[in-house]
Amino acid sequence: MAAESHSPLEQFTIKRHFHLDMGGVDASFTNSSVSMVVVVILISALMIWGMSRRSLVPGRLQSTAELAYEFIAGMVQENIGSKGKKYFPFIFSLFMFILFSNMLGMVPYQFTATSHIIVTFAMALFVFVGVTLIGLARHGLHFFSYFLPPGVPMWLAPLIVPIEILSYLSRPISLSLRLFANMLAGHTMMKVFAGFVVALGFVAGWAPLLFVVALTGLELLIAFLQAYVFTILTCLYLSDAIHLEH
Amino acid sequence: MDLAAAKMIGAGIATLALAGVGIGLGNIFGSFLGSALRNPTAAPKLFGNLLLGFALTEAVALFALVIAFLILFT
Repeated sequence: MAAESHSPLEQFTIKRHFHLDMGGVDASFTNSSVSMVVVVILISALMIWGMSRRSLVPGRLQSTAELAYEFIAGMVQENIGSKGKKYFPFIFSLFMFILFSNMLGMVPYQFTATSHIIVTFAMALFVFVGVTLIGLARHGLHFFSYFLPPGVPMWLAPLIVPIEILSYLSRPISLSLRLFANMLAGHTMMKVFAGFVVALGFVAGWAPLLFVVALTGLELLIAFLQAYVFTILTCLYLSDAIHLEH
Repeated sequence: MDLAAAKMIGAGIATLALAGVGIGLGNIFGSFLGSALRNPTAAPKLFGNLLLGFALTEAVALFALVIAFLILFT
């Protein structure tokens, strides 16, 4: 690895723009906060500006907004059914936030908010707690039958129930770690290969440069894919809590 | 063996998870292609599931990467 100031992990450092101390809690406005604010502004701009005209033949912006809406509406309908319509706003904003954070991270010199586990873990924990509460509210104590799948013989229950509980509790960890690790690994890999371009110089540097270009395409795909996976898993968890058949 | 060298070796060993991930990804795409050729009309419907399986499997590789980073940088 090169000198410390050119480490491929340098891009993930948090910089405080101005200090803010809220009763012992460090609530400074950091570069991570800036990128999250930018993401929210971009999403709002797309949805408000895109839908303000509301023409029958949609323009470019309106098409994008409608495409995103229909994509998530289809996903919710397919995975949860008509009972999931209530949760559509939450799932839509979750998807748009992750997608825009990931995509904003692909802009050079931009900070990726989702490359920090605290951000993704906060979202995953919110989904986890919310889904559990919805399940409890809908089914009451019957919700705990989720941990004993139907058709399992009784003598297997002492083995199955702890496994099911463990897998249920590990959901927020795997959900957040997947998004965080994908973003971290992708951006680190791009920086490492970009470092090769500089190290190999003018003569041989074009080979890793081509690779970086291809890698950027792959990373754009991953950025979308991870937003999709996070959202679809949220849908599946919600569907589990609402229908409670398996 | 000093600690720094042991860390390097440990991080290298942590990447062995990629062997399983490679097998898994090959399996996912191989079986998707195989079944898509048998029944091409059903293939577009399963593309979402393919991506889901791909991302879930790929995540295992990234968990290994996180472990490797933890070993190296802590």
